[in-house]
Amino acid sequence: MDRFFHSVTLDKDKCKGCTNCIKRCPTEAIRVRDGKAVIMSERCIDCSVCIRVCPYHAKKARPDPIESIQNFKYKIALPAPTLYGQFNNLDDIDTVLTGLKKIGFDHVFEVSRGAEIISEATRRVMSEGKIRKPVISSACPAVVRLIRVRFPDLCENVLPLKAPMEAAAIMAKREAAEKTGLPMSDIGVFFITPCAAKVTDIKMPIGIDRSAVDGAIAISDIYPALVGAMNKLDGQVEPLSHSGIIGVGWAGIGGESAALLNEQYLAADGIENVIKVLEELEDERFSELDFIELNACPGGCVGGVFTVENPYVARARIQKLRKYLPVSCNHLSEEEVPSQLKWTSELEFAPVLNLADNVVEAMERMTKAQTIAESLPGLDCGSCGAPSCRALAEDIVLGQAKESDCIFKMRERIQSIANQLTEIEGYVPHPSISSKEGDSQ
Amino acid sequence: MSQTIHLHYDVPGDDFTRAGEASGMVKNRLKKLGFPSDAVRRVAIAMYEGEINMVIHANGGVAEIDIAPDRIDIQLIDHGPGIPDVEKAMQEGWSTAPDNVRSLGFGAGMGLPNIKKYTDEMRIDTEIGKGTTVFMTVFVPGKSS
Repeated sequence: MDRFFHSVTLDKDKCKGCTNCIKRCPTEAIRVRDGKAVIMSERCIDCSVCIRVCPYHAKKARPDPIESIQNFKYKIALPAPTLYGQFNNLDDIDTVLTGLKKIGFDHVFEVSRGAEIISEATRRVMSEGKIRKPVISSACPAVVRLIRVRFPDLCENVLPLKAPMEAAAIMAKREAAEKTGLPMSDIGVFFITPCAAKVTDIKMPIGIDRSAVDGAIAISDIYPALVGAMNKLDGQVEPLSHSGIIGVGWAGIGGESAALLNEQYLAADGIENVIKVLEELEDERFSELDFIELNACPGGCVGGVFTVENPYVARARIQKLRKYLPVSCNHLSEEEVPSQLKWTSELEFAPVLNLADNVVEAMERMTKAQTIAESLPGLDCGSCGAPSCRALAEDIVLGQAKESDCIFKMRERIQSIANQLTEIEGYVPHPSISSKEGDSQ
Repeated sequence: MSQTIHLHYDVPGDDFTRAGEASGMVKNRLKKLGFPSDAVRRVAIAMYEGEINMVIHANGGVAEIDIAPDRIDIQLIDHGPGIPDVEKAMQEGWSTAPDNVRSLGFGAGMGLPNIKKYTDEMRIDTEIGKGTTVFMTVFVPGKSS
């Protein structure tokens, strides 16, 4: 599969070719070409901003359909803790988990269990002190992809541990295989996801070769059936929940950091804020911090595009739900962090935003782009299909656009042609100049 | 013949919130050009320190940057009070920053020492009452002109 596979797709019929997504994309990965948005695959980090800002709902993420669970004999749901914040008047997490079993899953394994394991592993890795501080969380796949394309110097700071979803999938599969005696290939684990980037992360993971998760089902897709099932439980709730305040807290920004029991942390949410933090981090302005938690979505995972509830309402509900939970229910058995929880490859910088492969050529291109940019109106109107005049200038230098894509440049040209036409129109030829001369003689 | 790119920025003296804007823009240009990340980082940090100095002590100034494949030269030019004792100013921890600046977390006396630490060459031309120009150079490894 393509190294730069993405879960975001475009519904061409709905796209009006407006400027909303191109202007907001944090990696300038979208252009409007022939009246439709086009994503430059290698630049996209799956942050979902374009999905959120499109007024015509032309941008969509493609999670797996609910029916895909039927490909497995034994089906396990891995609900993200964010799911718990989507319901009115919920006072027991087990109601949600039992509901999942009623709509087709054989078993439920909370991602918050994986989160508690990863929190413990993180504490151990941090105390070993082998990773450059401040250590940056690798839990948000959009943030990891952002660092990969924009922050070469920070790749080393990224925590080389798997995400809670992966840890939960490994634990769930192992447990199910022991319990049922079925071969691993018959056991399917499905992440119940608030997040489009996780869909990408399962198909094309970073840091590991292959995801242990078999599919991702959107919270918004499963929601109607789940609410229906939860309403029909009639008090028949199974005691399935096995995680505490630490694991469930990962749903909102700051949850992962709080679990480290170390105050020297910073937690930022929303892609624009994340970029600001990374910029300053790159300039070594946060010397006193040990850990940086960054979530691309506002509010953290509760702000994912597949959620149905306002992120801040969801967070408030989760706070209430976890109040009476134990601190943590899942612990590492060994002293060492098991290799199964670690990344198998390092995060490698992908210089996809560079103007050329070598500095000399890039400098030539930048000089040309600078000259072109100075001739453009500087309105950053987006009508050309690029997010700014500067981006258009670079696209022109890279051969991906032309100067006449700028409507102001086009207007100038039309005006100059029109002027020439009026000149020609007013021009009356003197056909008999030579004969006149002859006459006067 | 190797080509250079010249960049010019005005550093406003009255607005703390904009300090770092010029060095941020230079950093992003250098990244786009594909310079090694270590060189980019050193330029960004050194220039940021210089920019902050201009805002704190000299009511702003201008930044002139010359980018060549093998070296990046930065001049920070101000018309501030000048530095009476350059040797002292280069000592770590020495600062004449006023309290209101220190309360913002600046003025720790690490500005000039940090510029020296992160650059390959550094020179200060200063005249009392006229102003200061800080010259700094970062060489880019592996690229010879």
